[in-house]
Amino acid sequence: MTEETHASFRLSPDELDRALRSWNRNMDVVGPRRLQGRGRMTGQDVIRYGPVAAGEDIEWKPKSDFSPKVVLFPPNETLFHLVGTEIAEPPAVDPERPLLLFCRACDIHGVDRLDRVFLDNGPAPDPYYQRRRSRLRFALIECAASMENCFCVSMGTNVVEDYSLAIRFQPDGSALVEVRDRDLLAGIPETAAPEAFSPAFVQEDDRPVRVPEPDELAREIRENDLFDHPMWELYSRRCIACGRCNFSCPTCSCFSTLDVASEDAPELGVRRRVWAGCHVDRFTEMAGGHDVRTDYGSRMRFKTMHKIHDFQQRFGTHMCVGCGRCDDQCPEYISFSACINHVSDVVEQGAEG
Amino acid sequence: MDTNIFRPRAARIIEVRPETAIDWTYRLEWTGGTPQPGQFFQVSVPRVGEAPISTSGWGDGWIELTIRKVGRVTDAVFGLDVGVLLHLRGPYGRPFPVAEFAGHHTIIAAGGTGLAPVRGLIQHLLGTLGKDEGPSFLNVLAGFKTPGDVLFTSDLRAWADQTPVLLTVDRADSDWRGHEGVITTLIPDLEIRDIEDARVVVVGPPLMMKFTLAAFLDRGIAPEQLWVSHERRMSCGVGKCGHCKIMNSYVCIDGPVYRYADAQWLTD
Repeated sequence: MTEETHASFRLSPDELDRALRSWNRNMDVVGPRRLQGRGRMTGQDVIRYGPVAAGEDIEWKPKSDFSPKVVLFPPNETLFHLVGTEIAEPPAVDPERPLLLFCRACDIHGVDRLDRVFLDNGPAPDPYYQRRRSRLRFALIECAASMENCFCVSMGTNVVEDYSLAIRFQPDGSALVEVRDRDLLAGIPETAAPEAFSPAFVQEDDRPVRVPEPDELAREIRENDLFDHPMWELYSRRCIACGRCNFSCPTCSCFSTLDVASEDAPELGVRRRVWAGCHVDRFTEMAGGHDVRTDYGSRMRFKTMHKIHDFQQRFGTHMCVGCGRCDDQCPEYISFSACINHVSDVVEQGAEG
Repeated sequence: MDTNIFRPRAARIIEVRPETAIDWTYRLEWTGGTPQPGQFFQVSVPRVGEAPISTSGWGDGWIELTIRKVGRVTDAVFGLDVGVLLHLRGPYGRPFPVAEFAGHHTIIAAGGTGLAPVRGLIQHLLGTLGKDEGPSFLNVLAGFKTPGDVLFTSDLRAWADQTPVLLTVDRADSDWRGHEGVITTLIPDLEIRDIEDARVVVVGPPLMMKFTLAAFLDRGIAPEQLWVSHERRMSCGVGKCGHCKIMNSYVCIDGPVYRYADAQWLTD
């Protein structure tokens, strides 16, 4: 662990660049980047996580389309090289080299949710995740205000304590930073002016949600067949099972393992894992063809219950962190926040009836 | 790296025994952890894939897997002969709680390939039958679609020498001398010495489990006296990949064996 300190500064655009250059010498620095023209539609950009070398590399104004979970849990990862009957791990990242991740409060909470599954659930930690996680340090990007579809305040994920650096970007390219790690402090140019700063946290949601009380929801599931409620039929009609909500979510952690053989040399191959999503066909299909949740409404129900109920029962905290990316990305304009509120309405009506 | 929970170990095939046309039992050299009844392994064929397979038996230095040819991985296994290496991780999952059966009349009801995950349990219980640590009495009910689907024929015959075994097929042929009818038809007339004291295990395809559980509940067996084993899609077997999650439970680590008092609330 790094030594703690506490200092804050105003950095000019040039000083911010110099700090990033300095940090890049000793660590990997990753943040949200705008990739021009790489979006789904012609001429549309996409904001996703990648290496940042200068202040202007960081797209800090709008929300990123994809979450920073990619730095811990890549969409496609080789677990083993398969050579004949030999099974070899690929070279691992250096666990000693820190990775400084620029991200928002909701996403820092999102990493905590990934930790529960990859580190805590089951008999042992996931070694690939654990190696990356041990490198991670957070550079909190302050949110000036709740963005479209956001509901972190409702989920209690608007405030974070765990960060090494906090930053408020200014429209002119300068920034206010709070530094808590001594080796990050070493990268701050000597010319930087000390200025009192600690990050503010969003206090009001763009889309406030009412999350049902866990006990009341559990009762509604057992006693009033919430899983068979007609509310889910709406999603059978609207959802197209594309999985964009799963893949943009900072807390969705499901994967499938996939062996691939080389076409040219059948004795060579890899065992990979790739992202999987509970909305996508074949997620639960077994050998022999038996399947569950074949209608899309039951998949929406399954995901919703995981995000606001099942995870909480198992780990003591809700899985959903209220980033709203599922709503940002849904091509059918399904609103997850509206769904949570609908569940709350049904639970309340059940309590009255 | 030893701490990698995803790394399989090589296991040599030492015997291949066809049970039916599409269910074959593979005996493998295995000096890893000894499985307990009801546990499973992640079985892989490199460059083809991995699949969860329950253990159907084990002994000193070996385990057995009874594999049905129904998917990518199992198709590849069927091309392999004695001497070839498979790759395994495990054993995984919660086993049957054999201590719960000590001193009780225990009934095992298995449908189709569901007999494979309880074969080891039956053998274990027969070994302790009538002793302090074993069941006081044991019934085995086994149902298959047709005579051609019957698994472990010689085992069923050997078990029947030690304890009552009721074997049935849904559709008999002209050579079949035994009982005909779905497994639930055996339950209403089954002699259960003390309903409140019995222990019942039900394993099989989803529909068979549903109706068999209902038949035992009708007899007055309580959900606390019933155990089931669930089969679900899995990629990891160790609580990470999410495919087998049902509500707040992961079949790979909280199951596959559940007490029905808990399992009755699990909805996919």
